[in-house]
Amino acid sequence: MSGRTPPETSAPEILRGPSGGRATSAPVAGDGTEPSIFELSVAGRRAWSFGATDVPEVDLTSAVGAEHLADAPPMLPEVSERDLVAHMTRLSSRNYSVDHGAYPLGSCTMKYNPKLCDTATTLPGFAAAHPAQPTDQIQGWMELLVGLEDFLCSVTGMHAATLQPAAGAAGELTGLLLMRAWHSARGRQRSKVLIPDSAHGTNPASVTLGGFDVVEVPSDARGLVDLDALRDLVDDDVAGLMLTNPNTLGLFERDIREIAAVLHDAGSLLYYDGANLNAILGVVRPGDMGFDIVHLNLHKTFAVPHGGGGPGAGPVAVSERLAPFLPGPRPEFDAQSGRFEWATPECSIGRVHGWHGNALALARSYAYILANGGDGLRRVADAAVLNARYLQERLRDVFDFPYDEPCMHEFVASAASLKSDCDVRAMDVAKRFIDEGFHPPTMYFPLIVDEALMVEPTETESPQTVEAMAVAFRRIVEEANDDGGAAARSAPRSTPVGRVDEVAAAKKLRLRWTPDDDPGNPTHSKE
Amino acid sequence: MMSPGAVAQTCDHRAANGEGEHRVGHYVPHTDDELSAMLAFCGLESLDDLYAHIPDAVRLVGGLDMVDGLAETDVMARLRAMAGRNSAAAEDLVSFAGFGAYDHELPTAVPALMMRSEFVTSYTPYQPELSQGVLQALFEYQTMVASLFGLEIANASLYDGASAAVEGLNLAAAATKRTTVWVSEGIHPNVREVIRTLTGPRLDVRIAPVLNGITAWPDDLEEPAALLVGYPNALGCLEDVPAAAQVAHDAGALLVAYADPVAAGVLRSVGSQGADVAVGEGQPFGTPLGLGGPYLGLFACRQASWVRRWLPGRLVGETVDNQDRRSYVLTLSTREQHIRRETASSNVCTNQTLIAVAAAIHLSWLGPDGLRELATRCVRGAHYARKQLFRIPGVEPSVSSRTLYEFPLRLERPVPDVLDRLAEEGYLGGVDLTPDYPDLGNTMLVAVTETRTRDQIDGFSAALEKALA
Repeated sequence: MSGRTPPETSAPEILRGPSGGRATSAPVAGDGTEPSIFELSVAGRRAWSFGATDVPEVDLTSAVGAEHLADAPPMLPEVSERDLVAHMTRLSSRNYSVDHGAYPLGSCTMKYNPKLCDTATTLPGFAAAHPAQPTDQIQGWMELLVGLEDFLCSVTGMHAATLQPAAGAAGELTGLLLMRAWHSARGRQRSKVLIPDSAHGTNPASVTLGGFDVVEVPSDARGLVDLDALRDLVDDDVAGLMLTNPNTLGLFERDIREIAAVLHDAGSLLYYDGANLNAILGVVRPGDMGFDIVHLNLHKTFAVPHGGGGPGAGPVAVSERLAPFLPGPRPEFDAQSGRFEWATPECSIGRVHGWHGNALALARSYAYILANGGDGLRRVADAAVLNARYLQERLRDVFDFPYDEPCMHEFVASAASLKSDCDVRAMDVAKRFIDEGFHPPTMYFPLIVDEALMVEPTETESPQTVEAMAVAFRRIVEEANDDGGAAARSAPRSTPVGRVDEVAAAKKLRLRWTPDDDPGNPTHSKE
Repeated sequence: MMSPGAVAQTCDHRAANGEGEHRVGHYVPHTDDELSAMLAFCGLESLDDLYAHIPDAVRLVGGLDMVDGLAETDVMARLRAMAGRNSAAAEDLVSFAGFGAYDHELPTAVPALMMRSEFVTSYTPYQPELSQGVLQALFEYQTMVASLFGLEIANASLYDGASAAVEGLNLAAAATKRTTVWVSEGIHPNVREVIRTLTGPRLDVRIAPVLNGITAWPDDLEEPAALLVGYPNALGCLEDVPAAAQVAHDAGALLVAYADPVAAGVLRSVGSQGADVAVGEGQPFGTPLGLGGPYLGLFACRQASWVRRWLPGRLVGETVDNQDRRSYVLTLSTREQHIRRETASSNVCTNQTLIAVAAAIHLSWLGPDGLRELATRCVRGAHYARKQLFRIPGVEPSVSSRTLYEFPLRLERPVPDVLDRLAEEGYLGGVDLTPDYPDLGNTMLVAVTETRTRDQIDGFSAALEKALA
């Protein structure tokens, strides 16, 4: 802890109004559990209807063949549309979301997703296009894709991009395959990829899938890449380094030029994990820092809503020397014909998606970038960093901060003292934060911080909401000091269910609904 | 159809624009007074001071080389103009294109429920107490997918059919500790290419040829980890799944079936025919064509010893909370990248949850009888279309094997020319298979879904006859 203890009254007056991003007022009717849709099913009930048709009937047995024809269709629920809509609506009300309130889930950039972008995807000219249509029928779509590639290259300072990867991890694997193709084209494959010990779990998993071995690079006392250790690890068998900058501690790798030089001098490549790009929009560009390959999470930085876990999009942008290896086909504008066409780069690693990527998600980001423009994107970074910096300052005296560098768009606090003082763990703080009307921060990541709480307010939360989150965190810590942590350990109390037994879930697997009398139903075997 | 001039005007995205008033950062709420107060609290004088620790050498000078932000109405006007330069298959044309992406009717309940912010704007359900809605919807989705394929376990989605196929082969390789996989030539060429790209560094991918639309598995499979077969395959043909299962199991391999979930309304499940793993493209349920994404990777498998360690993707399990109430939670996370890192079963993190929820809603709307009716109508339309189209001089079946609701036609003329002529008549005729299956000659793949009427099929037939005349 820093020792500086701003008294509670020191928050600027202007920030102390009611918060627009707090969800304690969210209504919840009742406290029952929602039945399964299969339990709502009644044989013979139906929601479906199909129009009258004058297509001649067929005999299924002769049309399909007796050896292929099923006796009966698969088991599915039989419900009325009214019951289906009610069930799904009730399920939705058992779910917190960005549209409810603040969602400071570190490294996930849970910013507000403009409704404008939703509307863009419903335009029939986009939504109703078949992916295999001849190019002269989809010129508008191809124009959008080329325009988005162009925007993403401007933001990252890179030369060319592929929009095919469907999510961040798919982008990572694509980037690693590009790395592989690059070294292979230069005559000698390399076997190792370096990853900082603070990296996201997808990085090492993608490295393995890319056919490389993972070598971990330690962080130094600043929470940054240990430059001396890096120098020792880099040799001519290192294909590249994957780096997130700002890193997962929310800290800017200020030695980035030296890091790039170490890698490039050894003929290795530098890979940018774009998870934290939100912090540097219009401030620094990966290309200018020396990165060769960049993946972006459009569902973080460029406002594609997260959908409860996707779909996102994970485009990859590269420097000029790697462009010939990009996946194809890519949309290209042919100035001579004045038309867009598909083209596959000469040394392409091949397709990484069944079609052209998560196209409708790409359209959302295109709309978002158009609305913000270059000037607006810079303001995104400014507000994202300022919100995080302010919140960290407000919490300096109540949490531990093992790495005390100026934070960017997020910071990692530690509940280690709280744990030793009142047996309140990061998990308890997170669960108690729910009762304050907010989604919790990311817990227990990065792995190098004990009892980590990773907080990313994002730029779309108003100063009053950020201040309300500060007050909420402070209240939780004060309360724990008063009651020995009892309230925190029993939180949350305001949710449809209390803490869930994850151990039992994994031990006694129940992965699909079965009737109570089904032998596969563990409830059945429970005496 | 678009005019060439329209493209030329708009393809330079960096051009200054005069439309609308300048609005900067609509979605950043901070007023100047608030910014000043927050900066002062942090001991800073200006926004630029936030980045004082970043070396000048890497700082961007002069801001991004991009246009300034636009007002909402101006963004929409631009997008409408772009959308208007598409002749979208399911909007402006009568489409007989399939080949892995199908024009089905979307029940109005699906888009209506897909507007629910709670589904759309939540994160992966890491905090189960706040995420019971998405978790339960995914649990119900898993149940439906397992049921469609006649298997015991389904995951909570993968990116698309291609990525599901890749994960199925990865699972088989891990489960059998082998590296050779046999992929039928009847698997969609794009899927085959994605498999080659993504498994290239680790697996030896061999292609088993199709003869008359059906896979001919070689005699010597050289210790395979898996066989991948389509049902129906990309040519629309119904493969012999039990025979493929026999070949796979005799060789100690897993059978991975790339199965059409609409066809599951009438076909025997691939699980009941011996598949160990089923993968597929879930787009027909709840998702518009959308130029190919976001779609939905379906993944199911039988219960086996390798599930706990090697199943890819998110998995929702049922459990209880601290008051013994039924609850749902992400489970078996010890397989996953955030725990197991470089030895994870997959690198998948963000997947396609929202699309999976849409599919669960669509499947619930259909129920068993509705799904049967949907599949039957597709079969019925295709049966009629085959009869009409094969009467045309210069049109013959490319294969004689049994097809379901999609079938290849051999034409007397090159397919691109025919597609152009059909487009002039308002039809998207199908998909040109000639580049991917040159042995079949000038082949066009035609799909008939429940959305096609008798008049449309008759009209298409007449247009094709004219195009070939």
